[in-house]
Amino acid sequence: MVPKEQVQASVKQFILSEFLPGEDAGELETTTPLVSAGILDSIATLKLVTFLEEQFSVQIDAHEADVDHLNTVEDISNLVLSKL
Amino acid sequence: MNLHAYLAAAARARPEHAAVVAPGKGELDYRALDDLSDRLRDRLVALGVAPGDRVGLCLRKSVDSLAALYGVLKCGAAYVPIDATAPARRNAFILGDCGVRAVLVEAGLAPALLEALDAGAARTPALLLEGVGKGDGLAAALDAIDRALPAEPTPTVEREDDDLAYILYTSGSTGNPKGVGITHGNATSFVEWAHGAIGTGAEDRFSSHAPFHFDLSIFDLYVAAKSAATLVLVSEEVGKEPLGLARLIAEERISVWYSTPSVLSLLAQYGKLETHDLSNLRIVLFAGEVFPIVHLAVLKDLLPAPVYYNLYGPTETNVCTYYRIPERVPPERRDPYPIGVVCEHLAARVVDESGAEVEVGGEGELCIRGPAVTRGYWGLEELTAASLLADDDGGVWYRTGDLVVEEEDGNYRFVGRGDRMVKKRGFRVELGEIEACLYRHSEVREVAVVALEDPDGVRVRAHLATDDGGRISLIKLKTFCSEHLPLYMVPDAFAFHEALPKTSTDKIDYQALLGDGRS
Repeated sequence: MVPKEQVQASVKQFILSEFLPGEDAGELETTTPLVSAGILDSIATLKLVTFLEEQFSVQIDAHEADVDHLNTVEDISNLVLSKL
Repeated sequence: MNLHAYLAAAARARPEHAAVVAPGKGELDYRALDDLSDRLRDRLVALGVAPGDRVGLCLRKSVDSLAALYGVLKCGAAYVPIDATAPARRNAFILGDCGVRAVLVEAGLAPALLEALDAGAARTPALLLEGVGKGDGLAAALDAIDRALPAEPTPTVEREDDDLAYILYTSGSTGNPKGVGITHGNATSFVEWAHGAIGTGAEDRFSSHAPFHFDLSIFDLYVAAKSAATLVLVSEEVGKEPLGLARLIAEERISVWYSTPSVLSLLAQYGKLETHDLSNLRIVLFAGEVFPIVHLAVLKDLLPAPVYYNLYGPTETNVCTYYRIPERVPPERRDPYPIGVVCEHLAARVVDESGAEVEVGGEGELCIRGPAVTRGYWGLEELTAASLLADDDGGVWYRTGDLVVEEEDGNYRFVGRGDRMVKKRGFRVELGEIEACLYRHSEVREVAVVALEDPDGVRVRAHLATDDGGRISLIKLKTFCSEHLPLYMVPDAFAFHEALPKTSTDKIDYQALLGDGRS
């Protein structure tokens, strides 16, 4: 079982390096809204889903790639953990 | 009415009053300025310059260049001022485009300019000035020619309202500058309006901050002359340096100031205004871009006494709306002030894409009609036809390309530029609207948003200069934008600068930002 903290750290690292170059890591909290604030747009969301599927060997359904499941690092890691 | 009539009238009324001051160099009174420009008129006529011709001026701002433009006008010709600091090739394009009959140029700039101008063409008569400053450079050049061949005195030429007075070249969307032709009637209608509406008089001391190739200069030059007041020239070097500018305003006892908001923002932040006695300053005018409210508030805190006006208008109409800034800027205000009501000598209407008038409260393109509206672009009939719309009664409306909303109280609110619309994921995106949003951010000092073609479609990038020159959290910025804009308008990327690059007329240089390789 992968600990939740490890999933969150991995997701954070990916979002920071891919979509927020130069950002102070401390600004990205597990509860920071991502999709609803325009930080993850539709293309970024697709890239994130691809990353999650490869990194954690999970399958994310199309209907799950939305604001309800991916809006925060907390939401994202919960989705991943539910599939492990 | 002729533009040069203002000089003649002032020279009659107040011959010994200082007409122009070049700080640190010298000054001329109205009689001397009138005489010097008469001498140039005679020389230009001797060189073959005739009414209707164009004469190029490639001179740094100086008493000499002021006398020069009056000398050109007195021959009945139109002056074409060019940016002495711009590349010679670009300047030569301008002078070639409008076919100047002669050119006045500083000797140091002459070889490159004339080589580019005369490449493969007939030689353009050039009057070379060894230096410019308090007028003696022009006088010396005229003396030298007079010794060889005296010029016969000639009368000043009176022109009709429809005759060209000057051509100002502005950046063209096609890549080459385009020349906006302004007639005596265009210019004097503006001067008459401004003199009355702003309320200036003979004891005023006007700043001349804008370069003569920028249309803000028309107010400085001719409203000062109309008022028989004193024009204080601000050199380009001092013009960009806030501490020096503040000192100049104090020492020269400037009473009427006019510049872009960028300059005033710098003055407010870095000019140490509180260390100077600026009590002579009674009118502050700004135009050319949106004044970020945070800086306007700081400026008004530091300098509460003057009356502030936001003037708005493209080169094609000069100022066409104006707004008097309230005495107190509420601390919670984030939106820029409106561009104001239409000037009394003009008419305005707001139209949609089909040309139909939009009702009050609706967004549309601002169109302007009246005596100040240009007759068109030099040699560009198609562009002129696309920009000037004939009305049923034969009048002409200039399409500004600016999107505005007319408020219930008659003030127009600037929304953005029609020609900076991009489509992102099928949505229309106004880059100016994103800028207006970011200007509301308390840490943002300057912003310019550009659209870049990308394999994923259009990418919108916001270039920012912040109060402390540092970065702002991207998360915070995007969150802030998402609170004011639809998500598709939130910029994809942000780039941070100490200050945004500027053009020679102190506007943000979008071309440079588009070439900025950051993704």
